[in-house]
Amino acid sequence: MAKNQYQLVTCWINGREVEQMVDVRASLTDMLRGDFHLTSVKKGCEVGECGACNVLIDGECFNSCLYLAVWAEGKHITTLEGLTGPNGELSDIQQAFIDETAIQCGFCTPGFIMTAVEILNRNRLYSDEELRKLLSGHLCRCTGYENIFRAVKKTMLRRLGMLDDPFLNT
Amino acid sequence: MYDMSALYEAKSVQDAVRLRLEHPEAQIIAGGTDVLVQMREGKRAGKSLISIQKVNEMRGISIDEEENIRIGSLTTFTHITNDPIIQQYINVLGEAVDMVGGPQIRNAGTIGGNTCNGVTSADSASTLHAWEAIVEITGKNGVRRIPIKEFYIKAGTVDLRVEDGEIQTAILIPKASYENTWGHYIKYAMRNAMDIATLGTSVNARLSADKKTFERVRIAFGVAGPVPMRALNAEAFINGKDVTLENIEAFGRAVLQDINPRDSWRASKAFRQHIAAESAKRCLIESVKLAGGEL
Repeated sequence: MAKNQYQLVTCWINGREVEQMVDVRASLTDMLRGDFHLTSVKKGCEVGECGACNVLIDGECFNSCLYLAVWAEGKHITTLEGLTGPNGELSDIQQAFIDETAIQCGFCTPGFIMTAVEILNRNRLYSDEELRKLLSGHLCRCTGYENIFRAVKKTMLRRLGMLDDPFLNT
Repeated sequence: MYDMSALYEAKSVQDAVRLRLEHPEAQIIAGGTDVLVQMREGKRAGKSLISIQKVNEMRGISIDEEENIRIGSLTTFTHITNDPIIQQYINVLGEAVDMVGGPQIRNAGTIGGNTCNGVTSADSASTLHAWEAIVEITGKNGVRRIPIKEFYIKAGTVDLRVEDGEIQTAILIPKASYENTWGHYIKYAMRNAMDIATLGTSVNARLSADKKTFERVRIAFGVAGPVPMRALNAEAFINGKDVTLENIEAFGRAVLQDINPRDSWRASKAFRQHIAAESAKRCLIESVKLAGGEL
């Protein structure tokens, strides 16, 4: 057994620059949960199947379980905790999940919402089929997919000023 | 925590070659979507890793001075799908890699990793075979380029010589392959996402100027044998023939002379043969339409 190997990582987490000494064996999930107490990042399958540990890295979604903590050097990482306002105000997509009852047990919710953020930040109108494909990297074992889909779709339409369109909002 | 004995991080291609010569027992890791899963499963537990994740010179897509499309081995599936060069010249590759895993996997997984695994089901592999891609390998003796067919030695083994410190640095699509050519890929799987292909079929076609004759058709399969393979008998049959539905159907049947799928828990040999013939036909029909032909 080789001796332990540590490395200093400097990155931005939810807009704040941080420095952290990490074990090179750690996943980004390990670092975000263990060192920064960002417990929205769930440990689900830990093999990249379920999407519960999903976070944004430089604006793109990654399963943080399949990402080494040392790779975060210089990156901008956003977790669900980074979406709320200074006084804990919810973002539009978080509110939409509540309004559409898109939460049951809640375990898949942070991962789903971070994928929704990546989709919504493109400010594009996606078809239902496209949206389903974009959301396909997450498992919800309560099987509440329809409400999750509706929360994302309605937020997309609201941001594009199309929520009142009777043909789109069905 | 991952069960690894050491992590060596390369900062450049030369650095990666040096690390590979120093630590021949170490496993190369790029996007991590396969290596880390295998490590978690115990298959690669206790191994040391050489990470090339930060070798940014190996990312990105360009057209080189010989007019090859050059895809850096670390380019992720998402970046391939969204790239304007890919969309203009070899759209089928962007479409094929857009069927790998799910969105987060496509943001992390790389085309280099997809091919260096040497697995027959890789979604990029059949298209790269059908477009006669060239693999660029860099080692202590410099750069060598080999056809992708020769890169695959057997299931799980590719032509990377550890003793020469070699890593795959790029995949090239020659102009002779992509010029005036259109293609289509069909992934047959049990689920629409997060699944491995039961069979992958990639076809591309170049038609004559009047769009009435097949000038050059190429077809390759994944999971029709232990490594991705071309269907050369079917190609020989269709080339020079008229663009008709009868010929395309005969082409679909002809692939059965070429392929050698196996029975597995995913599908039987007979079922794979059935979907191979059907997918070949549908892919060629779609390629003809994209090429401006009429049926």
